[in-house]
Amino acid sequence: MTETTPELFRLSAAALAEKLAAREVTAVEVTQAHLDRIAAVDGKVHAFLHVNAEEALAVAAEVDAIRAAGGAAAEELHVLAGVPIAVKDLIVTIGQPTTAGSKILEGWHSPYDATVVERLRAAKMPILGKTNLDEFAMGSSTEHSAFGPTHNPWDLDRIPGGSGGGSAAAVAAFEAPLALGTDTGGSIRQPGAVTGTVGVKPTYGGVSRYGAIAMASSLDQIGPVSRTVLDSALLHQVIGGHDPRDSTSLPDPLEDLVAAARTGNVEGMKIGIIKELHGEGYQAGVENRFNEALELLKGAGAEIVEVSCPNFKYALGAYYLIMPSEASSNLAKFDGVRFGLRVLPEEGPLTIERVMGATRAAGFGDEVKRRIILGTYALSAGYYDAYYGSAQKVRTLIQRDFDAAFAQADVLISPTAPTTAFKLGEKLNDPLAMYLNDVATIPANMAGVPGLSLPGGLADEDGLPVGVQLLAPARQDARLYRVGAVLESLLEAQWGGPLLDKAPSLTAPSLNDTVASHGGSH
Amino acid sequence: MTDATLSFEEAMEKYDPVLGFEVHVELNTKTKMFSSAPNVFGDEPNTNVNEVDLGMPGVLPVVNKTAIESSIKIGLALNCKIAETCRFARKNYFYPDTPKNFQTSQYDEPIAYDGYLDIELSDGTVFRVEIERAHMEEDAGKLTHMGGAAGRIQGADYSLVDYNRSGVPLVEIVTKPIEGAGSRAPELAKAYVAAVREIVKNLGVSDAKMERGNVRCDANVSLRPHGRERFGIRSETKNVNSLRAVEHAVRYEIQRHAAVLESGQPVIQETRHWHEDTRSTTSGRPKSDADDYRYFPEPDLVPIVASREWVEELRATLPEPPAARRKRLQADWGYSDLEFRDVVNAGVMDEIEETIAAGATATVARKWWMGEIVGRAKNADVDPGQLGVAPATIVELNQMVEDGKINNKMASEVLDGVLAGEGTPAEIVEKRGLAVVSDDGPLLEAIDAVLAAQPGVADKIRAGKLQAIGAIVGGVMKATRGQADAGRVKELILERLGVEG
Repeated sequence: MTETTPELFRLSAAALAEKLAAREVTAVEVTQAHLDRIAAVDGKVHAFLHVNAEEALAVAAEVDAIRAAGGAAAEELHVLAGVPIAVKDLIVTIGQPTTAGSKILEGWHSPYDATVVERLRAAKMPILGKTNLDEFAMGSSTEHSAFGPTHNPWDLDRIPGGSGGGSAAAVAAFEAPLALGTDTGGSIRQPGAVTGTVGVKPTYGGVSRYGAIAMASSLDQIGPVSRTVLDSALLHQVIGGHDPRDSTSLPDPLEDLVAAARTGNVEGMKIGIIKELHGEGYQAGVENRFNEALELLKGAGAEIVEVSCPNFKYALGAYYLIMPSEASSNLAKFDGVRFGLRVLPEEGPLTIERVMGATRAAGFGDEVKRRIILGTYALSAGYYDAYYGSAQKVRTLIQRDFDAAFAQADVLISPTAPTTAFKLGEKLNDPLAMYLNDVATIPANMAGVPGLSLPGGLADEDGLPVGVQLLAPARQDARLYRVGAVLESLLEAQWGGPLLDKAPSLTAPSLNDTVASHGGSH
Repeated sequence: MTDATLSFEEAMEKYDPVLGFEVHVELNTKTKMFSSAPNVFGDEPNTNVNEVDLGMPGVLPVVNKTAIESSIKIGLALNCKIAETCRFARKNYFYPDTPKNFQTSQYDEPIAYDGYLDIELSDGTVFRVEIERAHMEEDAGKLTHMGGAAGRIQGADYSLVDYNRSGVPLVEIVTKPIEGAGSRAPELAKAYVAAVREIVKNLGVSDAKMERGNVRCDANVSLRPHGRERFGIRSETKNVNSLRAVEHAVRYEIQRHAAVLESGQPVIQETRHWHEDTRSTTSGRPKSDADDYRYFPEPDLVPIVASREWVEELRATLPEPPAARRKRLQADWGYSDLEFRDVVNAGVMDEIEETIAAGATATVARKWWMGEIVGRAKNADVDPGQLGVAPATIVELNQMVEDGKINNKMASEVLDGVLAGEGTPAEIVEKRGLAVVSDDGPLLEAIDAVLAAQPGVADKIRAGKLQAIGAIVGGVMKATRGQADAGRVKELILERLGVEG
């Protein structure tokens, strides 16, 4: 075997952290390598809405200086110091624009940092930039971004999932080793599944939401996006833990998630297949990879049991009442009065009501308007009990289903998404088909339990990545890492390396290049 | 356009008023209801704000624990039950003084409910007002409409928003419908709001200054024919911000409703604006019970849990109830029942307490407030406490009288000067040249002149009819334009006539 130096941008965060600690590379080299990669491929992928080169390099240089000086300050550097990261553009950052993928916030700069961003800064992780998303995180394909879609690095004609398609694609395209996402109904996990990456939705309250622009407050969670299970654990450890600025933040101290990922073990564990979340409606290739994953886990000493969650069939319907209800209220603040876009009505008097109306009409895209209208309707007097009220009851039933299931199994398992990545534009005019993509991820948000998606292989029929989802009881996020790490290593042993080794290089000329441009939608 | 009114007496003859009040109390917590920004109103606009108060994208609320404690104390003082758990809700409506375009407010789960307050009227009658609920909410920013008419948003050229008040903690106290007050309704209205103000002031949870909007009253009034059970259609007069105005507004609305009903028209359910200058209300916006605020539980906040232990701890910190306090103060001050009731009805009990604390005797404090200030306040159409007389001023004036520097008549004149903003009592005495004539020379001259002019009276005094001396004293005071010390004048007259006093 000959010694080759792999390109820095292909290394995992854990590997980069080791090389940085050993002073084999500098943080500036690592950061520059990723900035170069962004420059080389993001024209095709369009994962980033904003690249933050100057600040990222400055932070990297600071890390290098501390490390070079040695002493206590160098000792105290966070393990991920100097490891760059991308941030979903729903999370506010000082010094960079935050758009939420919407025209209504174009050019807006937050006067404050989200708590998770403060924690990244405290760990001295260079922030490479802000990643694309469906407008206000409303979508499953990133096609609803006001700034054009992101392309799946596996096939540039296909969607990268959504809403966090930018973060997942950035990581899949080796533009960043780590990214932050937000997950309201699957926006971290479903993009992870269709891009062959890892994504984790922590327990509700496990990561502060302060500074994540809210879509549905009772469902939203910030979480890690990475290429390996261990890397997600490392990032989760940075961003997790109590925040007094988020009243829904859990007071519990964070478990050692990194240790769980490093000491993965499933022996004697009961892993529950959710009867309602596979089979009919799931693509054959998805089903096949899922079944193989079960066999591998069984081989590693896990006991596979089947559990039933009969109320999951109502989850999607209830979700599409609760989410738009909360969103209709959360998005009321975007009115052109204090920040962001302001549009004056073309004719007629300039009353405040008409300015608000014109601003919202021009600033919001169709999907956002659709959900605001749905939610406004569901909360209206006379409909509230039938819609919002009933949906809350369904939510309780889903929580009970999970309670019953976790009485029989330590973790639950399902495919992350029913299909592999579909073509850009394919479901754009069929909202219901689009919504169905989240059928397996939504129950976790409705119950507040944690979920992890990891690559399960490629579907036979289209050669595209398939995701496997693990679910654990609330506050038991460590179990996800323990099981995820085992499954990941068994699968990689089978594939002979990480799944992303099989992805197109993006820099070599290919057929895709002729059709891949994110033009047309700007 | 002014609305027609019926005389109050005629209105009472034909109709039975039903009242209801929503009193908003601004809490004096250090920080706001849901943010760490200072709870200070009146500074440079938009300085006491942070990203939470401005409703910036991504922000989250955190409940102020002191505000919850204050709310529980208010609930306990209003004899309410305290909810073991309760939630906030979102009241959704678009308005530029509300940065999030929803107000975070309690809705169907108030922290305090089912209470009552016993209100003592001027003749000693006690009237029980049932409290439906006291709930927590946040205040809105302050809009100032520029240009256009009357500072209203309609027709304004532009509007300015000050978010310093945005997020200030409020407790809204809502009564059940108040029936059976009859012609005492306006008086009861005033007495109820005064009682609420007294409670929150004594609790120390609010600055309780109505003129600053710390306590604001919305007054609901409806009329029904005598003998009918079903309520009439109500109007809600917003932001009536003095005790006198509460009384006047209720009285006016009763008279206006009566005229509308007499003309055979239905009363329109609407908000009304109170105008102090014309002592009347004008139509605001129509308000129906079906206003749809799309309330739903605030998902960014967890329920508030008020353990019974905590509630009892807070109950133990409550100051004495108003009735007990009154009993104590009356005994301490040695006022007769009638004297004390007059003090309470005039709304100067707190002021007298403060004046006594500043160094005056109870008698002196009552003499000044009841004898001098209440009348002036009535003429100026303000509550006595709002006239601008500091307790220290009264103490200073009284000291000057006791020292014989000025007499009572002069002191009253000096008080006018203080209220006119001419300076401190000492400065006014100096400026106006007010001083008791203490040199006996000019006094004797004046006495001799008056005695000479009224020889008959002088003879009566010599003959021992000392009560006749008043005529001579009066003449001397007149001659000296009131600047003489009446006591000294009396002494000199007796001396002059050789009579033993």
